[in-house]
Amino acid sequence: MLNVETTQAPAGVRHRSAGHNLNRVLKYTLVRGLTLLATVVIAVYLTILIANGGGYVDQMRIGQIKEQVIVAMGADPEMAHLTVQQRRELEEERIRVRIEQLGLDRPFMVRSFEYLWNGLTLNLGSAEYLLSDSGSRQVRNILGERLGATLLLMATSQLLLFFCAMFVALFLSRRYGSLLDKIVISMAPTSAAPGWFYGIFLILIFAAVLGWLPFGGMIDAPPPRNPWLRALSIAKHMILPVMSMFISSIFSSVYSWRTFFLIYSSEDYVEMAKAKGLSDRQIERRYVLRPTLPTIITSFSLMLITLWVGAIVLETVFAWPGIGRLTQQAINLFDTPVIVANTVIYAYLLAVTLFLLDIIYSLVDPRVKLGGGGTRA
Amino acid sequence: MKNLMRQIKNYPSAVAGLAIILLLVALAIYAVTAIPYNEAVRLWRGGDNVWLETPRNARPAWFNWFYKEKKPVTIVRRTTDESAQKTELDLGGGVFIKDTILEFDFNYDDFPTELAIFFTASFQAARPNMNLVWVTPDGREIPLTELQVRANESYRVSQDSRLERRLGAKPEIGLFADPNNPGKPLKGTYQLRAEGMVFEEGSTVDASLVVYGQLHGLAGTDHRRRDLTVALLWGAPVALSFGMIAAVGSSLTTMMLAAAAVWFGGWVDWTIRRINEIVMILPLLPILIMIGLFYSRSIWSILGVVIALGIFGSGILSYRSMFLQVRESGYIEAARAYGAGNGRIIFRYMIPRILPVLIPGFVIQVPSYVFLEATLSVLGLGDPVLPTWGKILSDAQSNGALMNGYFYWVLEPAALLMLAGLGFVMLGFALDRIFNPRLRGL
Repeated sequence: MLNVETTQAPAGVRHRSAGHNLNRVLKYTLVRGLTLLATVVIAVYLTILIANGGGYVDQMRIGQIKEQVIVAMGADPEMAHLTVQQRRELEEERIRVRIEQLGLDRPFMVRSFEYLWNGLTLNLGSAEYLLSDSGSRQVRNILGERLGATLLLMATSQLLLFFCAMFVALFLSRRYGSLLDKIVISMAPTSAAPGWFYGIFLILIFAAVLGWLPFGGMIDAPPPRNPWLRALSIAKHMILPVMSMFISSIFSSVYSWRTFFLIYSSEDYVEMAKAKGLSDRQIERRYVLRPTLPTIITSFSLMLITLWVGAIVLETVFAWPGIGRLTQQAINLFDTPVIVANTVIYAYLLAVTLFLLDIIYSLVDPRVKLGGGGTRA
Repeated sequence: MKNLMRQIKNYPSAVAGLAIILLLVALAIYAVTAIPYNEAVRLWRGGDNVWLETPRNARPAWFNWFYKEKKPVTIVRRTTDESAQKTELDLGGGVFIKDTILEFDFNYDDFPTELAIFFTASFQAARPNMNLVWVTPDGREIPLTELQVRANESYRVSQDSRLERRLGAKPEIGLFADPNNPGKPLKGTYQLRAEGMVFEEGSTVDASLVVYGQLHGLAGTDHRRRDLTVALLWGAPVALSFGMIAAVGSSLTTMMLAAAAVWFGGWVDWTIRRINEIVMILPLLPILIMIGLFYSRSIWSILGVVIALGIFGSGILSYRSMFLQVRESGYIEAARAYGAGNGRIIFRYMIPRILPVLIPGFVIQVPSYVFLEATLSVLGLGDPVLPTWGKILSDAQSNGALMNGYFYWVLEPAALLMLAGLGFVMLGFALDRIFNPRLRGL
């Protein structure tokens, strides 16, 4: 994980040389990238092990082979004048040969690494029941179609959450002890419940009782032709899911970030800056926000982990056609390839999110730039 | 301990949180004693005959306090009741007439949802005969049907299409409607005349009339006629034990690991930190989903996995920094001097030292596990036999409770979940301030 114990960094120190800094940042980013990649590999391997504990990956592969063989034989005109018995024997023979060719009779430990590679490249064959909207059965196509919706929803709510929480926390740390501050702080326990839980309440109020917003889905049916109306329709459907993620995380983030701001604004160098007669705005930007940002980014990335995972249920509750809803559909249909692929894609998404935050972290953390042990990843 | 209680009193939120937790614990104890485990599972699985006499999707009965127009609750009348008016006539040759009048008052402003009559009969060879006549308060007599009763027989009046055609309306409406104002039920005393005839000495025939209401019990019922009270009550012990065991289990193991990392240092520390980095960003829920799907959905095996994956977690880093301080303190050195072993130092000297700091964190963690169980249930991976709050939500969700306006179905379990969450978090936040004085000023 990122460095949690951020010490009081001398914030005002000027950069030495740009090339040196860039080097540091690159090196830090590279190390973090490799660590995260290793994590993804391990997560996928674990997924494969768990999934194959019941022999499910093997079944998946054999099912795929059978289908290929049967399709190939169905297309072959030579087969037409064989009897059913002969055809079946030939089928079994070909399937057996194919299984041997692919090495499915080798010990599992050997095969598991092959599966690992297939998993990492999302080369997971075809789904058992689910279809993509374009009618494809390839797991990769099904996932690709759904990924956009999830990314749209998550990126919107995460960005909204980050900036709102930061501004509100900064605002409250200025008005520390005021009534507003106390109210927001006393709301912090509400973050015990995940986003989907608030989603149910929001649906109840805004969709069922008031009827202002849709119950779920992503776009009106039938979808409007005009691209502007389309965007508007999607935005309308997004309000409730984004709001429920927002409500479930905002108060606790504001609470902890405000605490960080308060700790950092009681540092000596802030007093010093005040004595120098700098404006409040300048002090806040240079001496409070700057050293606090790394800590905030760390806590934000911890929160994102829960947010991503919570999205599975959130999408289910709102019938949002993303990969979370796909997971739930795959569970109900017991569609193994899709479930395995979903776990893999979540590992990737988590790693990519954290990697992006790490880059930002390395850009804002003075210690990474100065080489003060920033690469202790 | 006394000191702690005194300090807690200074935080109103802690007192409220503690009160909520005690309330839930009381509820849990009541649930376990009032409905034993096997009974709860049997009721929740609800075979054909368990929920015969409860309405489908009925709102809680106390809703009537808020309605101006009173909705009917379920009315059951049996021929075996004391109050039933029975007449028996011996026709000779083993043939008896057994007439029973089942009487009930109907003073509601809305119609019942269903109507059914269930029969039981005992006989050797000749099945008893039953003729049913409906008598309205204004004296109209409507013949329902005549049938030969088997040992167990049911007559779903609402599904009798001949009767429906005869009445020109659904039976549960047509039989109750006021002839002058068909949109409203006629209030007064209704009668069901069950005219039985048995053909053997000692043969019996009994009927029970069920007028299914729109409201039922304390908590209402679901789509399978199950009384939600069962699951709401039993959800409490399940949620509390799942949340607390998971929180205690994972915090304690995390702490031991952190202590070992600090005490042994070197490669142990390095390895533990590397594993921690990896486990922290494993997609926990998808992995739990796979385990639930491929191995076992039992809440207890999920609990085991949650604890196992929770050993490594964000807590390990903060415990580590605390232990780093503890390691340097004098009494640890003293322990080493008298020759205490590694295990003794870790378990007797290091861990007890930071236990107080652990308590708030553990209390705050409980709700996240309670909600985790609910999350899995909503995804359709709840425990297959146990009734839990999450499973009620899941049923409600998959049956479109919000779209159909069955708000009680969602709000009851949601309120309990929220209550549990708030109780633990409020107490935890206050404890955090008590144990970490540094936070008190902020």
